[in-house]
Amino acid sequence: MANIVQFENVGLRYGTGAETLSDISFTLSAGSFYFLTGASGAGKTSLLKLLYLAQRPTRGIVRLFGEDAGALPRKRLPGFRRRIGVVFQDFRLLPHLSAHDNIALPLRVAGMPEDEIEGPVREMLAWVNLRDRAHAKPPTLSGGEQQRIAIARAVITRPEVLVADEPTGNVDPEMAERLLHLFESLNRLGTTVVVATHDFQLINRIPDARMMRIERGRLSDPTGALRHPPGRAGSGDAASSNGPV
Amino acid sequence: MSWPFRDQPQRRLLDESLRTKSMLWIMGIMLFLTTLAAAAGLGMASASRALDRQLAGRLTIQLVEADAARRDAAVRGIMASVRRLPQVRRVAEVDRARLAELLQPWLGDAGLDAELPMPAMIDVDLASGDEADVAAVKRAAQTVAATARVDRHAQWLSPVASFLAIMTWFAAALVVLMALATTAVVLLAARAGLDMHRDTIAVLHMLGSTDRQVARLFQRRIAFDTLMGGLLGTCAALAAIWLLGRQAGALGSELLSGVALARSDWLMLAAIPAVFASMAMVAARSGVLRALGRTL
Ligand SMILES: Nc1ncnc2c1ncn2[C@@H]1O[C@H](COP(=O)(O)OP(=O)(O)OP(=O)(O)O)[C@@H](O)[C@H]1O
Ligand SMILES: [Mg+2]
Repeated sequence: MANIVQFENVGLRYGTGAETLSDISFTLSAGSFYFLTGASGAGKTSLLKLLYLAQRPTRGIVRLFGEDAGALPRKRLPGFRRRIGVVFQDFRLLPHLSAHDNIALPLRVAGMPEDEIEGPVREMLAWVNLRDRAHAKPPTLSGGEQQRIAIARAVITRPEVLVADEPTGNVDPEMAERLLHLFESLNRLGTTVVVATHDFQLINRIPDARMMRIERGRLSDPTGALRHPPGRAGSGDAASSNGPV
Repeated sequence: MSWPFRDQPQRRLLDESLRTKSMLWIMGIMLFLTTLAAAAGLGMASASRALDRQLAGRLTIQLVEADAARRDAAVRGIMASVRRLPQVRRVAEVDRARLAELLQPWLGDAGLDAELPMPAMIDVDLASGDEADVAAVKRAAQTVAATARVDRHAQWLSPVASFLAIMTWFAAALVVLMALATTAVVLLAARAGLDMHRDTIAVLHMLGSTDRQVARLFQRRIAFDTLMGGLLGTCAALAAIWLLGRQAGALGSELLSGVALARSDWLMLAAIPAVFASMAMVAARSGVLRALGRTL
């Protein structure tokens, strides 16, 4: 399977401090499902930021869709970003737009005609079980509801890569499973999915998923052997052959 | 093209509640002043054109000849030959009685004496003020009487004409300054807007918005504010000018009536808000694009 993302000795430093990420090397193959775990502050969000082009690496090479993302001229960034759906850890919904308009945003940005937007947005609202809150503004929604809107916004364009940063942190287990199911269906349609999470229960629900673990800014399991959380490590399968390298 | 200010969802991506009326008022005041300056400029220009038109084709032929009989004959000869020229619209001898009247304070009743060697004067109106036409009149006059002198009226009134020209340029400079100030205000507003909507813009970028798309959100707003404020300011200025014009008309002064604005002038003034709105749009666009170019 083609490599859709490739990190080569990537380092990231915020300002002049120590490196937040060091020597990160891995490859994501198109159409796979990945979990990214690690303690709080380990650098999960930082790694994902490199992936969704919110941050350029301070060293090393980030290759996206076969091109060196660090060398992309500014005017080509939007095209790349439209191929990546992002669920931000802090949601980043636009507070002045309704839930409906927040979900519709990526389609509008992509220039889809207004009459073609309604259908997909309704479908997404139904998927995240928020049809009756379509006209509510984010500040009036609960944390879990906002998170679902953020997820709906990330997947509505059926991106080639979906990056989700703790997408189930604020929802109950039932909704978490439902959302995971949504990611899985997207994955079956060909989207490469990367989910950062602490929730091992969630990880266990997708046996085919590959796992990456980050510890203090370093990828601690480059072979992909740690495919399942401790205690279930023995049940691992093909992960070592085509997991993150 | 669709009506640019229709309420389309993809155009309401910025938080409308952060919008202030101050831009509208600033633009109103700027365009009020701009319109006044432009009107003054156009008025001066039309007055100086009117003056040119009146004076350009007006000549005076002077003939100094002591012998009254010879003088009268020469005057008749000059008038006949000048009148034959196709460029000449009107030829008239300045009435000697009127001339004497003008000279009476200096000469007393003696001025009325036909024997007094007073110069004869002939007014000539030409169709245009062309140098060639003036030369033709001169030739015609001097063939009859070699001592005839031909003068243009324009040269006597040239200080007035140059004053009007200076005022016209002065007004034009004011309009240019106002345009520069408006552009500066627009750039400031664009920068403040970028700051105010920083979070929204960051999200739009992450979702794949291009800089042009973001710039469009701003340029549309700023152009709209400029247009609306401008319409307000320009309408107020036009009303003021119209009232002033009526007052001036009531004075019945010939010079002031030359200042009156033509229909094309009014149209030009009415177009100021649209012109400034387009200018604001271009300025906002380039300002936003430049600022965004410095971010990731
Ligand atoms: N913009 C920033 N400027 C400076 N330091 C930062 C910035 N963002 C993150 N960091 C630092 O980088 C380290 C990694 O942060 P990051 O957000 O990537 O962790 P994380 O694994 O996502 O944590 P969590 O599970 O709590 O979300 C932290 O020590 C954090 O303080
Ligand atoms: Mg994080």
